[in-house]
Amino acid sequence: MTMDFIISVIITVVGISTPILLAATGEVIVEKSGVLNLGVEGMMLIGAITGFAVTFATLNPWLGVVAAASAGAAISMVFGVLVLSLGSNQVATGLALAILGIGLSTLIGTGFTGMIVPQFSSIFPSALSQDPFWRVIFGYSPLVYIALAMIFAVGWFLNKTRAGLVLRAVGENDLSAHSIGYSVIGIRYMAIAFGGAMAGIAGSYFSMVITPMWAERMTAGRGWIALALVVFAGWKAGRLVVGAYLFGALMTLELYAKASGFQFLPSQFWASMPYVMAIVVLAVISYRDRSGSEAPACLGKPFLPNS
Amino acid sequence: MRIKLEKRAEPSRFMLFATPVAAVILTILIGAVLFQSLGYDGLGTVKEIFFTPILASYKWQDVATKAAPLILIALGLSLGNQAKVWNIGAEGQYIAGALAGALVAYFTPQVTSHWIIIPMILAGVLGGAAWAAIPAFLKTKLNVNEVLTSLMLVYVALQLLGYLVTGPWKDPNGHNFPQTAPFSDAQLLPHSIAGTVIPPGLVIAFGLMLVFWLVVSRSVYGFQVRVVGAAPSAARYAGFSANRTVWSTLLISGGMAGLAGILEATSQLGQLNLGFPSNYGFTAIIVSFLGRLHPVGVFIAGIVLAITYVGGQVAQTTVHVPSASGGIFQALMLFLILAGDVLVRYRLVFKS
Amino acid sequence: MTNMNRRNFIKTVSATIALPAMAAKSFGADTLKVGFAYLGPVGDFGWTWAHDKGRKFMVEQLGGNVIGDYVENVAEDASAVPVIRDLAQTGHNLIFTTSFGYMDQTLQVAKDFPKVMFEHCTGFKRADNVSTYNSRFHEGRSVLGTIAGMMTKTGTIGYLGSFKVPEVVMGVNAFALSALAVNPKVKVKLVMIDSWFDPAKEAAATETLANLGCDVITAHTDSPATLQVCEQKKLYGFGQGADMSKFAPNAHLTAIEDIWGPYYLSRAKAALDGSWKSTDTWWGFKEGSVVISPYNAALPKEVAAAADKIQAGWKDGSYNVFTGPIADQSGAEKVAKGVVMSDGDLSGIDWFVKGVEGA
Repeated sequence: MTMDFIISVIITVVGISTPILLAATGEVIVEKSGVLNLGVEGMMLIGAITGFAVTFATLNPWLGVVAAASAGAAISMVFGVLVLSLGSNQVATGLALAILGIGLSTLIGTGFTGMIVPQFSSIFPSALSQDPFWRVIFGYSPLVYIALAMIFAVGWFLNKTRAGLVLRAVGENDLSAHSIGYSVIGIRYMAIAFGGAMAGIAGSYFSMVITPMWAERMTAGRGWIALALVVFAGWKAGRLVVGAYLFGALMTLELYAKASGFQFLPSQFWASMPYVMAIVVLAVISYRDRSGSEAPACLGKPFLPNS
Repeated sequence: MRIKLEKRAEPSRFMLFATPVAAVILTILIGAVLFQSLGYDGLGTVKEIFFTPILASYKWQDVATKAAPLILIALGLSLGNQAKVWNIGAEGQYIAGALAGALVAYFTPQVTSHWIIIPMILAGVLGGAAWAAIPAFLKTKLNVNEVLTSLMLVYVALQLLGYLVTGPWKDPNGHNFPQTAPFSDAQLLPHSIAGTVIPPGLVIAFGLMLVFWLVVSRSVYGFQVRVVGAAPSAARYAGFSANRTVWSTLLISGGMAGLAGILEATSQLGQLNLGFPSNYGFTAIIVSFLGRLHPVGVFIAGIVLAITYVGGQVAQTTVHVPSASGGIFQALMLFLILAGDVLVRYRLVFKS
Repeated sequence: MTNMNRRNFIKTVSATIALPAMAAKSFGADTLKVGFAYLGPVGDFGWTWAHDKGRKFMVEQLGGNVIGDYVENVAEDASAVPVIRDLAQTGHNLIFTTSFGYMDQTLQVAKDFPKVMFEHCTGFKRADNVSTYNSRFHEGRSVLGTIAGMMTKTGTIGYLGSFKVPEVVMGVNAFALSALAVNPKVKVKLVMIDSWFDPAKEAAATETLANLGCDVITAHTDSPATLQVCEQKKLYGFGQGADMSKFAPNAHLTAIEDIWGPYYLSRAKAALDGSWKSTDTWWGFKEGSVVISPYNAALPKEVAAAADKIQAGWKDGSYNVFTGPIADQSGAEKVAKGVVMSDGDLSGIDWFVKGVEGA
């Protein structure tokens, strides 16, 4: 096995993991604030079509990504208003958001089938991005670096900043946070918008980086894997990176096994692994630490200060 | 002038009934405007999606066929939702039920007696319940959030189905297509009860609606479920076990989803293939909320949702809207019913 | 809606109930309503998109004499029945169901509508009013295989498939046999991704094949992901279902185009003039159902000539890629020397030829 071979494997793994990582980075903030938004798949698709359409119109992929993030945040506000201002059930509302996003992206996208858009150029000089060795570090789409920067930012935010502490407090004990004067609703609105923006960027990774085109449901269920990833990572930013690349590595290794003609377990076994591993990890962390598991205590529960 | 929400002392019964109806009407209005503004025939779209399936008698069978699994699943989910046990993995339990029933079918191709249907259906119920037992176990033993585990298990069930129909259960005479061998004649239920347009699943759904209604409104168990959901501390004080409620509601809702799955397999499809999962398990969550978690409401809501499914197909050929429109209407309806909930618990106060 | 009175309501109901009969009458013999049931969305830029192009072609050619409606995203389960029945009930006299998974559903509905003509794509069960039809995509695949066999420098070619169904297996075998014919040392690496459409996985699989030494990669899935990755990696690839050169101007050597239009036109004409009969149609190059897109300018002349020769051979009947001897992956002889595989053998094929690696 040559170095070149290993580098190529790494590049494939990073490529397939990045959209899951982007969406999960947003969702971890949402869930840390005590809100469970199951609509990731829908928000991703809204981001995918918006990013594509805006890039198509402006010929500038950066504007496309900004638009994808804005669209993801905007559609997440439908969810936000319902669960925060009107106190509706988060599970059902999130599901409705997923259905809406799938439908709406299809409706908007009908005119964009078969179109092409300009792609990102590398942010590094080609001496680095196309160097046989250094491409392992410099050879990716700018969105890959954005994903990594965001995960570091989120880790730092959650663990090192006062605002992150407040966000976690809101997710652990909303009534106490409320009683010492924090705006639980306001903080959760911001968290949901951030989650929507990240899901939007994740979606644009499909329509602008992996396959620069629009096709209905092109995210092919990655939104649900992102939800599994958040659980798998135990709501910890650092583990999100490990988990995302592990999920990506699993899928990639399976492809290598198939192409090389040996396969010890059916491919469906490997495809179900992210979900099985998420359940196992969830069980293990709950078992290890029954009182203070990493799952935000208020996850999925409505905030009703006067009830 | 400011509008303020003020909590009601008692949930409004009027609003409880009025808001689902209002949600449907508002969905129709908003949908018409949305589709008109997107360049489609807005009025024509809502007419085809909401009214053609009711007005055209030859569509009734389709509505009944779609409604049956939705109602069956939603009846079980509503019970759990009353206890605030959130099983969102009914789609997985639906698949697991169908697989368990098909397992019986797989081993009994030579049986010619129609009674084979009974063990198939029982296996379906057990399969669904077994799939739901995983989140129940994790919730009661380890306090693991059942929303996440039941959702994850949907995707595991999907892969299991994919493995079986492309692998060990693949029809040897099926030209290698990913599907099981067709069920034998003995293993099949008719599409509909002879001489009517009513599928067997809908009759069973109607009977079970009555059972659920009785249980919820008259039995101690129904009371217990409601108390555990509404006031967990009071429930503990009264000696109602929260764990037992988690177990029972998950097993019942899983079993109902499994029942829906095997009925769909044996009375409609006649085999299993990769196209078997139809998102009924997720749509049933909408049905459960639209039906206000009440068995009778669920029955009506199941029919309403079935109408949007059938109408969505009609609208494609007649007013040429994309197939995604049905989903948009369903999502809108769920948003509005959830938003309407606030009016049950709060009143609007206008202050100048 | 609320003030609709009872009498009006009853009137509307009875009017609608009477609709099917009236609809059938209101169109004279010179107007034909044609209905299509599609597997995917018309915007998939793949299988369904190609069928819809065929539908549009048929409508254009016949002008006002034909109406072409469609229902997209029809699941391959029991819910296909009401969709197909609905098309029949709303006065469509000729109905195309365009996926294998609608086979039993089509037959079930056809039984209730003996006067309606049905056409099921890729199936093998027929009835008096149910025809089947398909295209000989493997003819196109043998052209791609010839090109790939001549263009590869590494001697390893990648093939990205969806499921191990006969149509895919046939394509893989046609491709591998023709590549081996021009380059006996060639190896074809095969990866099945268990999906018809998953751009992210298709891209990863293409990168995998590239990393394993494939320098020409073809795909039998529905998105141009493979081509886009080939473009990026400066490898060669082919379009699937349509000319996809604008997605990958350098990598795109040529494409197999699915052209359903002529078939739909001929069947609609037959329905109009009353000559429609239940048949099994399997068109290829000769009838224009399978078309090879314009070659990339980078394709050397001798390669283009070899590809043209294969095409011409199919057209005049002098060439068939499935002519023995053919051995399977284990080396066992499956087709004896000089024997040509029958259509029946092909439509149930589940083994790969020698030279194909992986599955």
